[in-house]
Amino acid sequence: MMPDVVFYTAEVMVNGLMAGVLYALVALGFVLIFKASGIFNYAQGVLALFAAMTLVGIQNGQVPFAHLVNAVFGTKVHHFGWTVPSLAAIALTALVMVGLAIAVERLVLRHLVNQEPIILFMATIGLAYFLEGLGDVMWGAEVKRLDVGLPQGMSGLIDEVTFNWFGYGFFIDRLDIAATAVAVALVVTLTLFSQYSKQGRALRAVADDHQAALSVGISLRFIWVLTWSIAGFVALVAGIMWGQKSGVQFSLSLIALKALPVLMLGGFTSIPGAIVGGLIIGMGEKLFEFFVGPMIGGATENWFAYVLALIFLVFRPQGLFGEKIIERV
Amino acid sequence: MLYREAGDFKTSYRDDAQTFPIAFDRWRYYAVLAVAFGVIPFVINDYWANAILIPFLIYAIAAIGLNILTGYCGQVSLGTGGFMAVGAYATYKLMTAFPDVSILIHILLAGGITAAVGVLFGLPSLRIKGFYLAVATLAAQFFLVWLFNKVPWFYNYSASGQISAPERTFLGIALTGPASPAWAAYLTCLVFCVALAWLARNLTRGPLGRQWMAIRDMDIAAEIIGVNPLRAKLTAFAISSFFVGIAGALFFAVYLGAAEVGESFGIQKSFLVLFMIIIGGLGSIFGSFAGAAFLVLLPVLLKNTLVGGLGWPTDLAAHLELMIVGALIIVFLIAEPHGMAQLWRVAKEKLRLWPFPH
Repeated sequence: MMPDVVFYTAEVMVNGLMAGVLYALVALGFVLIFKASGIFNYAQGVLALFAAMTLVGIQNGQVPFAHLVNAVFGTKVHHFGWTVPSLAAIALTALVMVGLAIAVERLVLRHLVNQEPIILFMATIGLAYFLEGLGDVMWGAEVKRLDVGLPQGMSGLIDEVTFNWFGYGFFIDRLDIAATAVAVALVVTLTLFSQYSKQGRALRAVADDHQAALSVGISLRFIWVLTWSIAGFVALVAGIMWGQKSGVQFSLSLIALKALPVLMLGGFTSIPGAIVGGLIIGMGEKLFEFFVGPMIGGATENWFAYVLALIFLVFRPQGLFGEKIIERV
Repeated sequence: MLYREAGDFKTSYRDDAQTFPIAFDRWRYYAVLAVAFGVIPFVINDYWANAILIPFLIYAIAAIGLNILTGYCGQVSLGTGGFMAVGAYATYKLMTAFPDVSILIHILLAGGITAAVGVLFGLPSLRIKGFYLAVATLAAQFFLVWLFNKVPWFYNYSASGQISAPERTFLGIALTGPASPAWAAYLTCLVFCVALAWLARNLTRGPLGRQWMAIRDMDIAAEIIGVNPLRAKLTAFAISSFFVGIAGALFFAVYLGAAEVGESFGIQKSFLVLFMIIIGGLGSIFGSFAGAAFLVLLPVLLKNTLVGGLGWPTDLAAHLELMIVGALIIVFLIAEPHGMAQLWRVAKEKLRLWPFPH
């Protein structure tokens, strides 16, 4: 009979892995945009928040900008009075994200071509502020409940099976399992898309070399719209998962900050890196919180990932799977 | 007409190398100082001091500090909020542990402590570059905020977890605490701000500043021509953190009076100061002031127009403010990526020829 601490550890690890999948989902959006346009997109987290808010708003038939309209015209509108089924709402939200991608390309990126990376980074922070404000003005700032019919709660089956095998029932949230399944499906789809479709190949060509891609006739602008749309879609998926887990609220946008150490660890340009990094960070921080957290006051999850990534980077400055940084004068 | 160098002859190298080579500029600078020291303290009231002038001066110090690191030495830092927290908590601990020592000395010491912490977190910059470093400095931000939140020694085991500044006087006038008059708080910040700006200006045009700029422009090339990257980067981190630490100390002791680390020194502060130097202009002392003024004034103006002028609910105004700030940042970056300092430079060039440009 194994001691209980082994089971606890295993349980913490499995839950950490599941959390890691969600971090990886957000990190994936970062990597896609960074690879295709060299932009470090700080707004990725807010994109997830905005997508989740839009989804809830469409589902519940909220009137967009109701608050603003009421303030200006003195009316009292708030809901259309219908509800939209989950799948249709998701499709509509995806359309909104595509529209957003086009707007971002038209209004922001097109004017900032050839600027230094720091300027582009700042522009995405500006975009993050703008979208956060826009989301609140459009749909209201209160905490919303998101439900698209994913299973939730403790998985009875796993609890039972593991109890029969080991004499200890593992606690695993069914939502986490669903999230993992969705994430895997998403990564497989993205990989297939980028390997076998024409657009996907163009995408990889741009990621490889902007100028060479331009010279064989690939439209950079289209590729940017495409990447931002995909990143918006990934953000929507992440927003659904996190939103269903903890409600749609401002803190959702902070998952972007969780994804940054994942990126450092995995390398800014590597999709497998984002996934492996996410898993390592998710597992590492849960284990650290479980074993060391109680000794030093808890809530270590805020910084542990960063410190881990920092220490790691000192030894390998380009991350796990990042391209080797070669510098020439 | 007014703004030109004709007839303004330089007879020594010293004259030629001065900060304001044009006489008009020099007089304008003296006039600004005279107004700031001689007029404003007598007419200041609580609203102007707390809403605009004191935050402007403190943020200007922080922005100069970050500009030294990011604008002059090229190391992007997102840990400004954390370093401000170090300055604030160091002042608090010093104030409560040594109540007899002058508060001004405490603030300077707090800057020194922050410099040491800055060097510590600056060490990875020798290996990590670019965005990886920017994200790495977030480690400082989150770790420091967590530390001040979780270790009760830092906030003297107070039940609320807050720190609040006890009353400390200088020449019989309260500088900190609720009883301190607006003009005293203003003058404290002004003295620090002017002295530090003078220091920064002279550091950045001396040998140290040139080393920083060499590292910023291309670190490998700088190393080859004999700049020691270890020394240059770590001095940049130390001096930058010194400035930021003093800004944090003033922010807590003189401006807020009581602070809670997550709220006052969170990641939002880091971004705010970074915005200031980007909008103001990287690598420019004037730019730090301009950026600080812009981002301190903007929310006040927006709030006054939206809530005061149009009578919209405050939460809606707050959301619209976010949108407007975000949009303005983007517009600014598109219109002038080199910031307000560049606009000012262009304006000066035009002014020199005005009104006969040909």
